[in-house]
Amino acid sequence: MKVDKNTLEKIAHLSRLYFNKNDESKMLKSLNDIIGWVDKLSEVDTSEVEPLTHMTDETNVFRNDENPKNLDREEGLKNAPQQNGEYFKVPRVLD
Amino acid sequence: MYLTYKATREALEKGEITCQNLIEHYLKRIKEQKHLNAFIETFDEEALKKAKEIDQKIKAGTAGKLAGMVIGLKDVICYKGHKIQAASKILDGFVSRFNATAVKKALAEDAIFIGRQNCDEFAMGSSNENSAFGPSVNPHGKNRVPGGSSGASAVSVAAGMCLVSLGSDTGGSVRQPAAFCGVVGTKPTYSRISRYGLIAYASSFDTIGIISNNTADAALVLEVIAGKDDNDATVSQKAVPSYSKVAIPKKKWKIAYSKESMQSKGLHPEIKQQMQNTMQTLSQEGHTVEQFDFPMLEYILPTYYILTTAEASTNLARYDGVRYGYRTEKKVDLEEMYKKSRSEGFGEEVKRRIMLGTFVLSASYHDAYFTKAQKVRRLIKEHTTQLLEKYDFIISPTTPSPAFGIGDYGEDNLVDYYLADLFTVQANVTGMPAISLPVGKTKNELPIGIQFMANAFEEEKLFGFANYFEKLFASEMVK
Repeated sequence: MKVDKNTLEKIAHLSRLYFNKNDESKMLKSLNDIIGWVDKLSEVDTSEVEPLTHMTDETNVFRNDENPKNLDREEGLKNAPQQNGEYFKVPRVLD
Repeated sequence: MYLTYKATREALEKGEITCQNLIEHYLKRIKEQKHLNAFIETFDEEALKKAKEIDQKIKAGTAGKLAGMVIGLKDVICYKGHKIQAASKILDGFVSRFNATAVKKALAEDAIFIGRQNCDEFAMGSSNENSAFGPSVNPHGKNRVPGGSSGASAVSVAAGMCLVSLGSDTGGSVRQPAAFCGVVGTKPTYSRISRYGLIAYASSFDTIGIISNNTADAALVLEVIAGKDDNDATVSQKAVPSYSKVAIPKKKWKIAYSKESMQSKGLHPEIKQQMQNTMQTLSQEGHTVEQFDFPMLEYILPTYYILTTAEASTNLARYDGVRYGYRTEKKVDLEEMYKKSRSEGFGEEVKRRIMLGTFVLSASYHDAYFTKAQKVRRLIKEHTTQLLEKYDFIISPTTPSPAFGIGDYGEDNLVDYYLADLFTVQANVTGMPAISLPVGKTKNELPIGIQFMANAFEEEKLFGFANYFEKLFASEMVK
């Protein structure tokens, strides 16, 4: 599988990343190097194998249905780049 | 200063030294070795204050199990009220609002955290070069990387800047730098330690790990920080054994190595030689050392890169410039704000892994890459489990080469760079515990690490053997 410029742009958008021309060609090359390498997995016969989706042995770990002590609003807003004491502030979404 | 916690504690109990002396000593060592770029920040005042409190507790006989243990924290583990940023610009200024469970448990036993340590950004790397704070430097050799991603955590222990470090190990990030720096690196079974408060890279691989001068210190720390936790539904509910009480069992072990690891192309001849010597000594001591075939070896790293980048692309979606961390200063609309903030905030390797992860998860390629890798993961796990039911341990070199030079790898040889984790990733892909022990050095005075991997939740057995191994190879252990 080879990634072309068009696919790269789509992936960049999905990743919410932006690349300038120079970075884009570097990223394209390195992604293709890596993908060319991981394509190796197609050699392995997995026709009878179920995917392994969870690594923990635990099932149904319950806690009591009580309100745990969450961060209060002031603490929760402290790390925000922009906030007004009540909400996170973002650029205007609606005109 | 003392190289073991046991000696430190004895000196504290006898009054030969105080916790305050210890903190002053380590802070001095950190300042004297600024050129190694190990600590991003030290917590001087607070550590000294805590030291005085613990000195009182020692006098009163009420001190906890880790009293006077001075620990460095990789910049991915939350310590309430302290900055943390995974060595990334995107978390500039972030202050932790809670303690990681491992931190909370260590504090409850009177450990003292001295500062936060440099690492590869978001724990992605094998050299500590991918850091917003610049590379950390190996104290052995000249201009050598310390390994990564917990590079500076290994440097700190090797250069006597703290007694123990807490790092994280997703593909070898504790064991590989421990091998490069000549110290002990312990990666417990997946889910043995709560991941609450550990900045996520790849959630089905991530474990907190321990870097120490010896196995006894690692066993003690693991005993304190492991165990169930209401804040992590994936953590094991199994009781935590007293790892620190493990005696050296009088038994003959069954140890196996794979033909493929010894024949691997990139294996450095001096490391191969050290492996052969080590196995010869073990078999002379009456242990069984056997070869097995493991043709899956070459598929482990590709499996690791597909699955970890997929999980990383998901985990790192939260850095959006809204709730915390860095936001672009450009005046743009919401979507552009996300894109600019992330593009300006993340380093190159992190962006590459997000892109790769997004690619393997995207609708057209999901089955061909992501699901395929999950299937291969099952095969690797089943094969490894079968082997570890037959043998006590799998022995391998920790790394194919000794510490490489700063700047040796770049975009043109990325895949070669990734091969630094060739022998360590198996433990993460399968969830097994593994330990890297320092045995001997190359002609250029670079440390060599040998790794032992055990079956899931067999840390007791692993520590028992490691204690024995440490004594058997005492003359060859680095330092």
